[in-house]
Amino acid sequence: MKNNESAENEGLLVRRIKNGTVIDHIDGGEALNVVKILGITGTTQEALSIATNVPSRNMGKKDIVKLTNRELSKEEVDRIALISPRATINIIRNYKVFEKKGVEIPTLIEGLVRCPNPGCISNTHEPIRSKFEVLPKGLHCIYCDWVITRDITSHII
Amino acid sequence: MHHIISIGDFDRTGIDKLLDHAEQIDKKKYDGNALAGKILAVLFFEPSTRTRLSFESAIARLGGTSLSVGSVEACSMAKGETLADTIRVVSGYADAIVIRHPKEGAARLAAEFSTVPVINAGDGAGQHPSQTLLDLYTIRQSMPIDGIDIALIGDLRYGRTAHSLASALSLYHARLHTISPKGLELPATLSAQLAEKGMEIIEHDSISDVIREVDVLYVTRIQRERFPDSASYFNVASNYRITPELLAGAKKRLIVLHPLPRVDEIDPRVDESPHARYFEQSKNGVPVRMAMLMQVMK
Repeated sequence: MKNNESAENEGLLVRRIKNGTVIDHIDGGEALNVVKILGITGTTQEALSIATNVPSRNMGKKDIVKLTNRELSKEEVDRIALISPRATINIIRNYKVFEKKGVEIPTLIEGLVRCPNPGCISNTHEPIRSKFEVLPKGLHCIYCDWVITRDITSHII
Repeated sequence: MHHIISIGDFDRTGIDKLLDHAEQIDKKKYDGNALAGKILAVLFFEPSTRTRLSFESAIARLGGTSLSVGSVEACSMAKGETLADTIRVVSGYADAIVIRHPKEGAARLAAEFSTVPVINAGDGAGQHPSQTLLDLYTIRQSMPIDGIDIALIGDLRYGRTAHSLASALSLYHARLHTISPKGLELPATLSAQLAEKGMEIIEHDSISDVIREVDVLYVTRIQRERFPDSASYFNVASNYRITPELLAGAKKRLIVLHPLPRVDEIDPRVDESPHARYFEQSKNGVPVRMAMLMQVMK
């Protein structure tokens, strides 16, 4: 009964969607960064619902992002792992969960993060995307060897 | 296709093998026509004397020829062409490319777009693997590299030669002593990487603190433009100058290295000292670069 109540309360915050993607179990407060990683801005077409700091039994607080009419690709999903490794992805078709998956930290990320080194060739007008190798200690720029060890979100392009 | 972009791309066996080959070349045991008919493109977007001339000398001694664009102002980059396009075009003209560029990672980018092998001859404050290899070669001529105590002196923040050498020496269990002006210390990220590889790094305030215990003094230039005025530059630089008096207390086997050009860092009187090896080091650029060219072009 309690669970139903909680689901109903949550339902008031973020309505069910017919088709699209629900990203659940995002670390509390990271939803807006998830949206940024997905490249969703004021000019994109998706209907977007965001719930932040929703009480969660396992996580204490979590965020939820619901995107209508867009199914996220594996590459997009894995980028989320950089800031929220416990996130789960539900692909929704006709109100039902069609597919449920976790996120995996990728080994290489391209075009997502800007190298903080002003002298790096990736910060020029060359026809390349930034490339970072994902290491336990942080993100390693494969061009200039700079390592981003903290606050990855502030470097997202 | 084999590129040489960073000293980090080598393991210890790879370095030793290349230095062994350079030693054979140094003893004149090589085929002067090994690279006959091959063309090396020398793309230097920054000034250089030693690196450029020694690569040109190296290809000539192996029977090949070189192409270069002269000054940066004379090439299409000055018209706004991307490096990627320049590399695509030049790789159609030559069998290998040697590149020096002011931006870090430029050689890595060149390797992505090139259809021929690329050798990095210095990218900004980044890597300079051929210099590191010849530095190691010069040390090895005097003593086994394993377990040496080496002091890096001068601008350790921007000095790419010091960075690359320190990384390579972590493979040889060397102990690193650093002596640098405030603000020009070894970058914290590099120190952390070296420490992670098990390297012991000890910071000192003055050269005289370590002169009795080190085997190698690796001196680098402190650039005047890093200081607000000439007076503060001279004030700092004078504390990092190598003199015969300073060397009086040194170990007999101590060698003094400098990637050159030097300005005031080494007193010219040191040139006559048995410790001075910097001109030998510069000369070693040719056999080491010959070995590198053979590795990528043959």
